[in-house]
Amino acid sequence: MKIISKVYNFLVFGFLYAPIVVMIVYSFNSKKSRTDFGGFSFRWYAELFQDDIILRSLWLSLLVALLSAIIATVIGTAASVGIHSMKGLKRRAYLAVNNIPVVNPDIVTAISMMILFVFVITKFNGLEMGFATLLISHITFNIPYVILSVLPKLRGLNPNIYEAAQDLGCPPGKAFLKVVVPQITEGIVTGFIMAFTLSLDDFVISYFNSGSSAQTLPVTIYSMTKRPYSPKINALSTLLFLSVMILLVMVNLRKTNGNNSKKGELK
Amino acid sequence: MKKALSFILSICVVLPILAFSGCGGNGDKITLNVYNWGEYIDMSAVYEFEKTYGIDVNYTTYASNEEMYAKVSSGAASYDIVIPSDYMIGKMIEEGLLAELDFANIPNYSLIGDEYKNLAFDPDNKYSVPYTWGTTVVMYNKSVVDPADVKDKSLDLLWNEKYSGQILMFDNPRDAFGLALHKLGYSMNTTNPDEWEAAAKELKKQKPILQAYVMDQIFDKMSSGEAAIAPYYAGDALIIQESNPDIEYFIPKEGANMFVDSMCVLKNSQHKTEAEMFINFMCNTDVAVMTAEMIGYATPHTEAKKALDPAITSNPVVYASAEVLENTEVFLNLSPEISLLQSELWTDIKKD
Amino acid sequence: MKNKSLLAKFASAPYTVWMCIFVIVPIALVVYYAFTDADGNFTFGNMTSIVEYGSTFLISLKLALISTVICLLMAYPVAYTISKMKQRRQSTMIMLVMLPMWMNFLIRTYAWMTILEGNGLINRFVRMLGGEGFSMINTDGAVVLGMVYNFLPYMILPIYTVLTKIEKSTIEAAQDLGANRLSVFRRVLLPMSIPGIISGITMVFVPAVSTFVISKLLGGGKTFLIGDIIENFFLGNTGTVNYNVGAALSLVLMILILISMTIMNHFDKDESSGGIM
Repeated sequence: MKIISKVYNFLVFGFLYAPIVVMIVYSFNSKKSRTDFGGFSFRWYAELFQDDIILRSLWLSLLVALLSAIIATVIGTAASVGIHSMKGLKRRAYLAVNNIPVVNPDIVTAISMMILFVFVITKFNGLEMGFATLLISHITFNIPYVILSVLPKLRGLNPNIYEAAQDLGCPPGKAFLKVVVPQITEGIVTGFIMAFTLSLDDFVISYFNSGSSAQTLPVTIYSMTKRPYSPKINALSTLLFLSVMILLVMVNLRKTNGNNSKKGELK
Repeated sequence: MKKALSFILSICVVLPILAFSGCGGNGDKITLNVYNWGEYIDMSAVYEFEKTYGIDVNYTTYASNEEMYAKVSSGAASYDIVIPSDYMIGKMIEEGLLAELDFANIPNYSLIGDEYKNLAFDPDNKYSVPYTWGTTVVMYNKSVVDPADVKDKSLDLLWNEKYSGQILMFDNPRDAFGLALHKLGYSMNTTNPDEWEAAAKELKKQKPILQAYVMDQIFDKMSSGEAAIAPYYAGDALIIQESNPDIEYFIPKEGANMFVDSMCVLKNSQHKTEAEMFINFMCNTDVAVMTAEMIGYATPHTEAKKALDPAITSNPVVYASAEVLENTEVFLNLSPEISLLQSELWTDIKKD
Repeated sequence: MKNKSLLAKFASAPYTVWMCIFVIVPIALVVYYAFTDADGNFTFGNMTSIVEYGSTFLISLKLALISTVICLLMAYPVAYTISKMKQRRQSTMIMLVMLPMWMNFLIRTYAWMTILEGNGLINRFVRMLGGEGFSMINTDGAVVLGMVYNFLPYMILPIYTVLTKIEKSTIEAAQDLGANRLSVFRRVLLPMSIPGIISGITMVFVPAVSTFVISKLLGGGKTFLIGDIIENFFLGNTGTVNYNVGAALSLVLMILILISMTIMNHFDKDESSGGIM
C-alpha cells in the first residue's frame, strides 16, 4: 500500500514537472530546434537579454503588477473595513458583487471591461487602450482577492481595543492606523502578494485590454507561441521558474525560522 | 509605518496622471507604434531607425489581416504604421482608416517599381507604399510525397487522403477560402453565395485529414518534418527550404493569390511625419535589401532587387514571371454581405 | 461608536464607486450589447443565433467535465497521502504542487507541444524502443491533457486543505466502531471532504470551460471551444467583429456557470468552502 501510494505520487509529480524539465533542458540547446538537442550552450540566454520586446514587456508586467497590487491593497483594505461594519442584506449584496470577478470566467471579465473601454473611447476622442486600461483592469480583478484575505482577519479583531484607543483621545483615523492595521497586517500582506502574483500571471485580461502600447510579458509570450519557435522562450521560462523557486524557498525558510525563534512577522 | 503609508498614497495620486500622460508620449521622445506581420522585418533595421532618428519604435505583430483590422477599427488602440495586404488596404481606405501620405517625406518612393504602384486597391496610390509582393504556393516534403501526386501541380494535393494527418492549412478565412474557391475553379472574389457554400463544403471535407490550422507555425512544422504538405506564401517557402532541403514548392495550376503588402499610416496617427520618415527609411536601398534577405519575399524595390543574390531574383516562384502572374488573382475587398457569409461559414467549419 | 461607522462608511466608498464603474457597468454593457443589434436597436436576434453554437457549448462542456473528473480522480489520492505526511514534508510537498502554478500557463502549455508532437519526445522514445509513432497533438485528447495539467493543482490544494482539518480522532473513532478502510472512506472521509471537492471542481471547471488558449495551442485550431468563438467575435480573427453576438455568448456562458455554481453550492453545507489558495 505504502509503495503504491509512493509510486502514484511520483507519477503525478512527474506529470506536473515533465514539461518544466523539458523546457529547462531545451533552453540550453545550441540548436534552434524544439526536439533535436545539439549540445550545451548559453546562446539563447544571451539573445534573450538583447531582445528589446521581451525586456520591455517584462518591465511593464512588473510595473503593472506592483502598481495594481498597491492600489488594490489600499482600496481593498479600506473596503474590508467598510464591509466589516455592514450587516444583513447590504453586506451580502456587497460581497456578491465583490465576488463577480472571482467567479466569472476570465474571458467574460476581460470582454466586459473591453466593451466598457471601447464604449468610452469611441465616445471621447483622444483616449486609447494602453497602460491606463491595463492597470484599471488589473486593479479590478485584484481587489476582490485582497478583500477575501483581509476580511477574515477583521472578523477576529476585538472592537473594544479600537474604541478604547478613541476613548483615550486618539482620533478615529489615527486609531485605525495604530490599532487596527497592525492586527490585520498578515491579511494585508497575503492580499498584496496574491494581487501581485495574479497580476503578473494574468494573460486573458491583459490580452483583451492592453492596446498597442502596453504588452505585458504573457501577451508577448503568447505572440511568440504563434511564431516560429525560438528557444529564447525556454530561456525566459527557465529564469522565471528559478526566480520563483528561490523566492518560494526563501519565504518558506523564513517562515520556519521565524516560527522557531518566535520572532513573529517583521513590521 | 506612517512613511510607508504616505509613500503609497502619493503613488496613488501621481499614478493616474502618469498613466494618462503616457498616452501622449512620455517626455519629448516620440514613440512610433508599428504594427506588422510576425517574422516580417529585420529587427536590426528598426534599431537602426531608432538610433538614427532618436525615435522610439514600439513594434508589435499580428498573424492575419483580420486580426490587425479588428484592433485598428475598434479605435481602442492607436497605431501609426500598419502593413496590410491589398484587399485590406482597399477596405481600410473605404472606411477612412488610412491617412493620405505626403510623398515629399518619402523621396525613396521613386525607387519602387512602377508595376507595383496604382494598383486596384489604391488606384491613385495615395495611401500606401509597397513593401513586399508574392504569391501563395503549395509546399511539400519530397521525401514523403510521391512525385506522381505533385506532377500536375494541383491543389488536390491539399485534399489527398493519402497524406492524412500531415497536411497543414491556413488559419485565416480569406486565404483558406481562396484555395478552396480556386480548387473548384471559381474566382476568389466571387460574389455568388452558392460558390462560397460549395467552397465551405470543400473545406469541411478537408478538415478531418488536416494536422492543424496554423499560420507562422508552418515554419517549424515544415522544416522539422512534422508536417509534409502546406500552403503558404512564396517568400516563406524559400526560408523554410533553407532549413530543410527536402521542401519543394509550386504555384498551383488552378491559380493562386497574388498579394502586395504595403506600408500605410493610420488616420489617427499623432506622428504622421515621423511615420513617413519610417516608411522612407524602410525604402532605403540597403534597408530594403536587408528586409528582402531576412523575410525572403519578393521586393518591389528596383534597386534592392538588383543588389540581391541573382539566385533569388531569378527564382521563378518567388519572382514569378508575367505569364505565371496571369494565372493569379488579387484579393478584392468583399462586400459586407459576402464578408459576413465568409465569417459565418468559417466559424461553422472550425466548430464542427 | 458613531465615529466608527462614519469611518467605515467612508472607507468602503472608493471601492463602491470603483465596483460600480468597473464591475457593474461592464456587466450591464454586456447585457445591453447582447440584446441590441449593431445600430443599438433592441433585438432577440443575438440570443437566438446562439442556438447555432449549441454544439460548441456541448463540446466545451464535455471537455471541461472530462478534465474536471480526471483532475478529481488524480488529485484526491495525492491530497490524501500528503495530508498523512509529517508536517514538514507536507509543506514541502504542497510547495511542490504550487510551484508549477507560478509559471505562466502559456509556457507550460507550450512545453507540452514539444512532448506530444509527431516528432516529439514521446514519439521519439517510442520509436527508439522500436514501436510505431502515433499522433497525440491536435486532438481533443491533447486539449483535455492540457486542461488537466494546468488545473490539477487547483484540485489538489482545496482537497488537501479540508483533509488536514479532519481530526484524526474522528477517523480513529470510526475505526474503533468497527468500520473498515473502505467504509471509513465512504462514510467519514468523503463526506467531510466535500467542501474541498466542491471548490476544487469549480476552480477546475470554470477556467477549463472558458479557455481559448489551450484549445489553440494543443488542438491545432481544430478543436473550437466557446472561448475561441468569443475571442473571435471580439478580436475578429474570422473576418468580422461582432460585439453583440460575442456579448450574448458571454452572457450565456456566465449564466451557465452561475447556475452550475449554485447547484454545486447546494451540496456544500459549509458556507466558507475550502478557500482560494
